[in-house]
Amino acid sequence: MTAMLDISGLTASIGDKPILKGIDLSVPAGEIHAIMGPNGSGKSTLGYVLAGREDYEVTGGTVTFEGQDMLAMAPEARAAAGLFLAFQAPIELPGVNNANFLRTALNAIRRAHGEDELDAVQFLKFARAEMKRLSMDGEMLKRNVNVGFSGGEKKRNEVLQMALLRPRFAVLDETDSGLDIDALRIVAEGVNALRGPNFSALVVTHHQRLLDHLVPHRVHVLAQGRIIRSGGPELAKELEKNGYSAVLAEAA
Amino acid sequence: MSAVNETLDTVRSVTESGYKWGFETNIEMDVAPKGLTPDTIRMISARKEEPSWMLDWRLRAFEAWLKMEEPHWARVDHPRIDYQDIHYYAAPKKKDGPKSLDEVDPELLAMYEKLGIPLKERAILAGVEGADEAPQRQIAVDAVFDSVSVATTFRESLAKVGVIFCPISEAIREHPDLVKQYIGSVVPVADNYFAALNSAVFTDGSFVFIPKGVRCPMELSTYFRINTKNTGQFERTLIIAEAGSHVSYLEGCTAPQRDENQLHAAVVELVAMEDASIKYSTVQNWYPGDANGKGGIYNFVTKRGACLGDRSKISWTQVETGSAITWKYPSCVLHGVDSVGEFYSVAVTTNHQQADTGTKMIHIGKGSRSTIISKGISAGQSNNTYRGLVKIMPSASGARNFTQCDSLLIGENCGAHTVPYIESRNPSAKVEHEATTSKIDEDKLFYCRQRGMSEEDAVNLIVNGFCKEVLKELPMEFAVEAQKLLAVSLEGSVG
Ligand SMILES: Nc1ncnc2c1ncn2[C@@H]1O[C@H](COP(=O)(O)OP(=O)(O)OP(=O)(O)O)[C@@H](O)[C@H]1O
Ligand SMILES: [Mg+2]
Repeated sequence: MTAMLDISGLTASIGDKPILKGIDLSVPAGEIHAIMGPNGSGKSTLGYVLAGREDYEVTGGTVTFEGQDMLAMAPEARAAAGLFLAFQAPIELPGVNNANFLRTALNAIRRAHGEDELDAVQFLKFARAEMKRLSMDGEMLKRNVNVGFSGGEKKRNEVLQMALLRPRFAVLDETDSGLDIDALRIVAEGVNALRGPNFSALVVTHHQRLLDHLVPHRVHVLAQGRIIRSGGPELAKELEKNGYSAVLAEAA
Repeated sequence: MSAVNETLDTVRSVTESGYKWGFETNIEMDVAPKGLTPDTIRMISARKEEPSWMLDWRLRAFEAWLKMEEPHWARVDHPRIDYQDIHYYAAPKKKDGPKSLDEVDPELLAMYEKLGIPLKERAILAGVEGADEAPQRQIAVDAVFDSVSVATTFRESLAKVGVIFCPISEAIREHPDLVKQYIGSVVPVADNYFAALNSAVFTDGSFVFIPKGVRCPMELSTYFRINTKNTGQFERTLIIAEAGSHVSYLEGCTAPQRDENQLHAAVVELVAMEDASIKYSTVQNWYPGDANGKGGIYNFVTKRGACLGDRSKISWTQVETGSAITWKYPSCVLHGVDSVGEFYSVAVTTNHQQADTGTKMIHIGKGSRSTIISKGISAGQSNNTYRGLVKIMPSASGARNFTQCDSLLIGENCGAHTVPYIESRNPSAKVEHEATTSKIDEDKLFYCRQRGMSEEDAVNLIVNGFCKEVLKELPMEFAVEAQKLLAVSLEGSVG
């Protein structure tokens, strides 16, 4: 089986500080992989580097997404190719209406695919239907992007964006952190709705409870910029029980 | 007005430089020699066939100007202006204004096209039969080209309801009583250095009179254009709204791209009687100079409205993207009981542009209210200053003001400054001021780009969001045009 996303020997730094120290990771089409690991180990950095954030310097390695050299692409081209990153800390955009933001994003991607843009009415119809499916409050569309949103609302908004943009590959960076039980279900449903042979995801999490809903194919432990262990869903349960110390000691 | 946008797009696609209105029109001109003396003023007055009271008024203004000093309190910085090195009069060589397309210099028509003057008006200028009666929303246009008004459209249909819309030079001849009564009544000749200069040498501009109880049936607009080299543009606009009348007026400005600086010193006076309302919108896009700060228009403008009548209302809306230097404070003097003054402004500065702009709200009448919404956007190495004065006189019991000043910074090397003065001499008045500063930073751009938007889409989205409270005050078609203009002005300002 060919991998949808193939990361090989990836190293990256911020300023002079190396953060990713050689990541090898392959996610086949249709699979969900979880990434766990201690705070500061480089999980978010990996997400940013995959999405093309410019202040992270890639110093070595390759990232191939459906056969394309992803590191050569601009962030918006990666998005158009089907990559979505749910941010650990979603950004606030004062004055920018959420509906307008989502429509601009959706239309940019549709344009890149040679599809017709949606007008405001078509978009609202589509967005409302998606929100209903995810049992989200339609009011969210009228507010400014993430401004004054609670922590949980921001995460839900990320899931809504994912639902509307329908990526082929989603990186969810602790989208489950700080969520109540219902919201947790929304995140799981958001991912499960996209599941299929042409959808893969990397789910960064600290908690087993999201993985109960998502059941990953593989679980990877990232520590100090390297994947130090990989396993099946049972690895997450083991970590939840014993913490990272055993795994870290083993790797050292 | 998609036609306008089409036109703008065409211009954009044919010009390579950053400034899309930088064309120069080759029209034969009648130009006064450089320099300013009483003789220059006599020449202007004679060319305009003015009555002697007007010449006397100009000469008095010149006397006052000679005794005044160029103001330097604004946060702007420029080399000394040599007032003797400017042409004070330039006019297309043609005796009368064009009456039909045949008489209109084709170069001039081509210029309208480049300016994006609404097509309907061009049809009318072109003498298209029946265009004047078309049922769509209409906009009457006065086009001022260097020193003279070259064409005014829709005059007949406006005249039917008693609205006068004509070049001010014509109003001085045809409606001398109205002009005599109101010119200088809001901005006195010696009000400030540039207003005095304008009073001495103004060459044209628009005149609007809306009679009692009349709601002007269409938008009125003036397009100003500085074309001739080394020419100053000194236009003068006077709008009088009688009791219970209503008018919405829009001005648009462009100038060719040149290496030297050009001076624009306009005066606009508005008078609103009882229950009258005047909405004055500006989309200012004078040439801002190149990326290194060379060239560009010095835009030193005095705009003031007097709410003379009770419950009268004057509303200024401006979108300022052009000029090397802008020095401009559209103001309202609220005499009437319960009169209302509003100021909505977006000022954009990029590269080396400097803008020092804001408003003055002078509350005299009981219960007078004012609202100030100012949005400053700075990019490049530019400097953007909001300077506002809210003054509550002892007579203005129960007066209210709300001021909101927001600044948006793009990049690290630009500056935004907010200088609010509040002077309240009546304890029952309520004055509120809010200010914010935000930044378009990497985080915001990256978030948008991750969702598929280009960097330019992202900047436009954020900028338009930032400005929307102001843009929504513009007539709809112009709001669309203004949005495009913002996008063009900020093109390439990030990254
Ligand atoms: N902009 C930055 N400048 C300097 N160091 C940074 C920057 N961003 C991240 N780092 C450092 O890079 C390392 C990895 O950070 P990262 O955010 O990727 O960790 P993480 O695994 O996502 O942690 P968490 O579980 O807390 O979210 C940390 O040591 C962090 O301090
Ligand atoms: Mg993280």
